[in-house]
Amino acid sequence: MPRSSPTLGPGAVDVAFEVNGRAASVRVPPRRTLLDALRDELGLTGAKRVCDEGTCGACTVLVDGRPVYACMTLAVACAGRSVETVEGLARDGALHPVQEAFIAHDAFQCGFCTPGQVMSVVALLRSNAAPTADDVKRAVAGNLCRCGAYPNIVAAALAAARAKKGASERPALPAGARSTSGVEAARPKAERVDGKGASERPALPAGARSTSGVEAARPKAERVERTQR
Amino acid sequence: MSGERPPSARVVRTRVEFEGEISEELALVQGEDLAAWGEGAELRVVGHPARRIEGAAKVTGRAVYTHDLRFPGMLYARILRSPYPRARVRRVDPSRALALPGVRSVLHRFNAPKAAFRGEETIFRDEVRFVGDEVAAVAAESEETADEALGLISVDYEVLPHVVDLEEAIDDSSPRIDEKGNVHDAGSYQRGDLRRAMREADAVVEGTYRTSTQMHNSLETHGAVAVWDGDLLTVFESTQHIFGVRQGLQAALRIPYAKIRVVCEHMGGGFGSKGGIGKYTIVAALFARELGVPVRCVLDRREENLAAGNRSATLQRVRIAAKGGRISAIAHDAWSSAGQGRWVADPTGPTKGLYDVPNVAVRSYRVMANTGSLSAFRAPGYVEGTFALESSIDELADTIGMDPLELRRRHAGATSDPISGLRYSAKRLIECFDIGAEEIGWSRRRPKGLRGSAPGLRRGLGMASQLWGGGGAPPAYATVHLNPDGTAIVRIGTQDIGTGTRTIVAQVCAEELGIDLDAVRVEIGDTDSPYAPISAGSLTVASIAPAIRLAAADAREQLLDVASGVLEVPRAELAVERGHVVSRGARTPLAKVFEELQNYTVVGRGGRMPNPEDLSLKTFGAHFAEVEVDPAVGEVRVEKVVAVHDIGRVIDPLTARSQVEGGVIQALGFALTEERVLDRPLGRVLNADLERYKVPTVMDVPRIVARFVDVPDSEANNTGAKGLGEPPIIPTAAAVANAVANALGVRIRHLPLTPARVLEALA
Repeated sequence: MPRSSPTLGPGAVDVAFEVNGRAASVRVPPRRTLLDALRDELGLTGAKRVCDEGTCGACTVLVDGRPVYACMTLAVACAGRSVETVEGLARDGALHPVQEAFIAHDAFQCGFCTPGQVMSVVALLRSNAAPTADDVKRAVAGNLCRCGAYPNIVAAALAAARAKKGASERPALPAGARSTSGVEAARPKAERVDGKGASERPALPAGARSTSGVEAARPKAERVERTQR
Repeated sequence: MSGERPPSARVVRTRVEFEGEISEELALVQGEDLAAWGEGAELRVVGHPARRIEGAAKVTGRAVYTHDLRFPGMLYARILRSPYPRARVRRVDPSRALALPGVRSVLHRFNAPKAAFRGEETIFRDEVRFVGDEVAAVAAESEETADEALGLISVDYEVLPHVVDLEEAIDDSSPRIDEKGNVHDAGSYQRGDLRRAMREADAVVEGTYRTSTQMHNSLETHGAVAVWDGDLLTVFESTQHIFGVRQGLQAALRIPYAKIRVVCEHMGGGFGSKGGIGKYTIVAALFARELGVPVRCVLDRREENLAAGNRSATLQRVRIAAKGGRISAIAHDAWSSAGQGRWVADPTGPTKGLYDVPNVAVRSYRVMANTGSLSAFRAPGYVEGTFALESSIDELADTIGMDPLELRRRHAGATSDPISGLRYSAKRLIECFDIGAEEIGWSRRRPKGLRGSAPGLRRGLGMASQLWGGGGAPPAYATVHLNPDGTAIVRIGTQDIGTGTRTIVAQVCAEELGIDLDAVRVEIGDTDSPYAPISAGSLTVASIAPAIRLAAADAREQLLDVASGVLEVPRAELAVERGHVVSRGARTPLAKVFEELQNYTVVGRGGRMPNPEDLSLKTFGAHFAEVEVDPAVGEVRVEKVVAVHDIGRVIDPLTARSQVEGGVIQALGFALTEERVLDRPLGRVLNADLERYKVPTVMDVPRIVARFVDVPDSEANNTGAKGLGEPPIIPTAAAVANAVANALGVRIRHLPLTPARVLEALA
């Protein structure tokens, strides 16, 4: 995100960016989050506002291909960038393989977290065409689902990866390759606070967020400073 | 349905169970019921996995939730909430807020119109009673402006003594915060002779159990959008009960039902907390009426956790006795924190009804505190009570040296309800035990636990049983419109809270009408449709599915009348199969039958029949858990949960499995991590957010195996299906606690089982 950008505001400013492949512009106060700009200015209400502080992932969208929490990203910080939301995944009336898999595997109940879960999985599959279950868990560890659809989300992501082989969406990196712009980069490994090495708990990947047990490290989508309301 | 219609409706009495409470109510009987789909029924759609029919809308972001609604000119309402747990509101000065550009109105107790809400005359109290209680509301042109305005309202509070903690509130030396005292009787029950049984027992075990306040944290917070069109009010609300919202609006605003429409197309979870109108609904409606534009009032996450309900913290004392290798007596006293709620769930329900024990005495108390009201949270009371009961049964089994599953088996076979004496319509609890024990490998269990997967780790197995209602009840009505092209539209005033209701509605209609699933459109979530009950208490399927079946059958019978005339074939020779009328090998598409009739439409209607007299309708189940515990750091890792349920017929095996997994995961939060933390001196909730309040993530999920007995309960209703919403959350925490006790040889009687509590117990 721009670090030496000129001072903006306090009044509304024009922000031009690409949303789902099309040019878009909004006029918003600098404190407006990308999430609120998408929902209120552009009518893209797929991404949800649940915690509004970067803990739940229901607002996950892709900025330049990387998953971010839209509630922690300022709209002005997205000027000139490419934003992808859940609304942009289906092409010509055909659902994206991840969307198809979510339906087939019943990977949602109320559906409120679903747009965010889907975007996290889409980002994963772009950087890792053959993920393991642990890869999937790491990718959606920052997406809460209160209905508890987690087992089906993992199953859906793995099925989508299988189905996507040969699909044309975007050239995927070879299995095992790490993209610098992919999900790994967007979710830096936070330091562990318990002093235990991650290897002692093989079931819990490093960087994973767990609420049970000793405080595990928690991933955060890229955090952009935000004006306090 | 053929032949003569009864001339009029009959009124009968019927037994209705809701959230563990049984009542006898009047029911209207119209028409005749259908014979139940029995065990051998050959069904084409029902009982087969069906994908959610709204799936595409939900994965594309197209599904519109209350939060997503935007109307031209819509204003945003936000609520000012008390920063004190108890205070008198002496003065409210909104002048600075009103001076802020974009602010359109401020409501508070000195200017708001009367609007009745839960027995009170106004939504803004003279004495605010918890941190988060409503003090004032702002309507503004943007949410940001409304938020800013809240900080500009001056309120003069007279701070009063408070108490927020359950056990402090029980203490006589604490402030009395209610005229009638802090502790209120909430019911008692007894059978047999408890004193004598305790005196004559071979062994008696006593324990005090504590459970913590669990917060629903539905991802979509409570909220409403109110739109007036002349004197017609339409409210869009994230709710489990559109008709309940309508009733609340009628009471608050004193306008007739015909002038109110409540809509809930999709909603982002409720788990019991969205059972009716909220103050935010009234705020939206009042502002919208005053200002003549649509108004949206949606809670933020913090408000959701302060003022939109929670599962009561409980303090429970259980005394349990054995004689001759059987449980001879149970005494169970329970105190539940209601916050400012005026009812409380009953943790002693499972103690009264789950096992066939001759001597039982229970008492339940509602304790008032200066915290937000409880609201139903998925099996309210039963989750908390099952933990205490099933923990104490394991303790008793350990004491008398018996396998805890064997001890339960001796009390699980009764064929009649120990409370009412009525015969169960169906009960397959022992089969649940057998399936679960096999699947978890119960024979591996050792009284002192097992070695873990690494040096120092301990492993344990535990189980617990589940009792709940789920039999459903009238009233519930559906209509089925059969279109001239052979497609159908079902209308029923239920709502899909994420459980898959829409899909089940379509399945039952398609099955009975004889058309394909994708030929059915489902219209729910609108009070302009026929009435259906609250989506709570595991009521939905068993209430609405029989009505939909009747409506579809009514449509089919009318269709056959039409087809007989059009095709000139005797009616008795006709049937409907997969969108065709068939007779002696000839198949005529429905569209062809209707071709010359053009827009004549068959409209079928059905109403839920009363429950059978003199039968007890229940659901049963058993959960088995395998855990590994690290005694060095107090960490509990649940490795596997086997969840076996007896809910009669399973209508959609795909979504039913999801329902069970979700219930288990929510229960694991209750068991291991979820706990509202209060600052007692300030009366504040310290973790009213998703950062510090720990709901399970994907990383916390063990292997979950969901199994169903799946035998229709043909005496319960015409579909043989019962409810599944609550059952899967009920026994998990108890099974995990028993597994942890098995692993460690130490019993922890306080949920959640945090590392700190495990270490404390081991110290």
